[in-house]
Amino acid sequence: MTQHPRRTFLKNSLAIAVLIAVGGTGLLHQTRALAAEWPKDAFTAKKVEDAVQALFGSGAMSPSTSIKLKAPTQAENSAQVQIQVSAEMPNVEAIAVFVEKNPSPLVAHASFSGAEGYFSARMKMAQTSDVVAVVKSGGKLYTARQNIKVTAGGCGG
Amino acid sequence: MADRKMKMRTRLQDGVVELQILITHPMETGLRTDKNTNAKIPPHFIQKVNVELNGKVVVVVNTGTAVSEDPLLGFRLKGAKNGDKLKVFWSDNLGESGTLEGTVDIS
Repeated sequence: MTQHPRRTFLKNSLAIAVLIAVGGTGLLHQTRALAAEWPKDAFTAKKVEDAVQALFGSGAMSPSTSIKLKAPTQAENSAQVQIQVSAEMPNVEAIAVFVEKNPSPLVAHASFSGAEGYFSARMKMAQTSDVVAVVKSGGKLYTARQNIKVTAGGCGG
Repeated sequence: MADRKMKMRTRLQDGVVELQILITHPMETGLRTDKNTNAKIPPHFIQKVNVELNGKVVVVVNTGTAVSEDPLLGFRLKGAKNGDKLKVFWSDNLGESGTLEGTVDIS
């Protein structure tokens, strides 16, 4: 070893690099574990179907008239579109809201345990699009949609 | 850290207690650019909002960047009555968080 100080040095620095790499991923894993509950895949999905799949583990949905969507048909301010979803069915476990033509369609995902199947929020819309509500009730997925026309500008535009 | 104001309000709607929460937050998408510097404004948005009724978590919301600036969220609470304790907790993608406690007031 003494004959090859450079080699030793390289070896050592390699070992240190590996240690740093391992430590780094370790830290990453830790922060990821803390944030694990936030479904990143669903929020970064580019299609409604993919987001539903990532969120609920299934893409099988049936249209339902028990889901009431209250939203304007025409939005004056695309950065503040009021939407209300109320699901008139028993045991609503979750409500998810999507804007089909947003860069990432998933807006919000609410899970309930002791609250009615109701969710309201204000959301941003990039352009005229269908708004899709997906409701999980009794282990099954139900959906309803409505078109909202956006007249001016996109997000912050 | 900027001061993030929070407000909550309860009212009786269709015979059920409706809770509305307002959180002051920029909800940056990460898609906007600063007009002066042409630099992208980094994303900064709330990811999670929890609602507790009398110490029990009743609603968990995952939120994305498409929720508007200063989110106003509404829920309907099962079997809630006057004086019941409410606690709202939120956290965002940069590790900021906030808590607000209140009571159901529908008188």
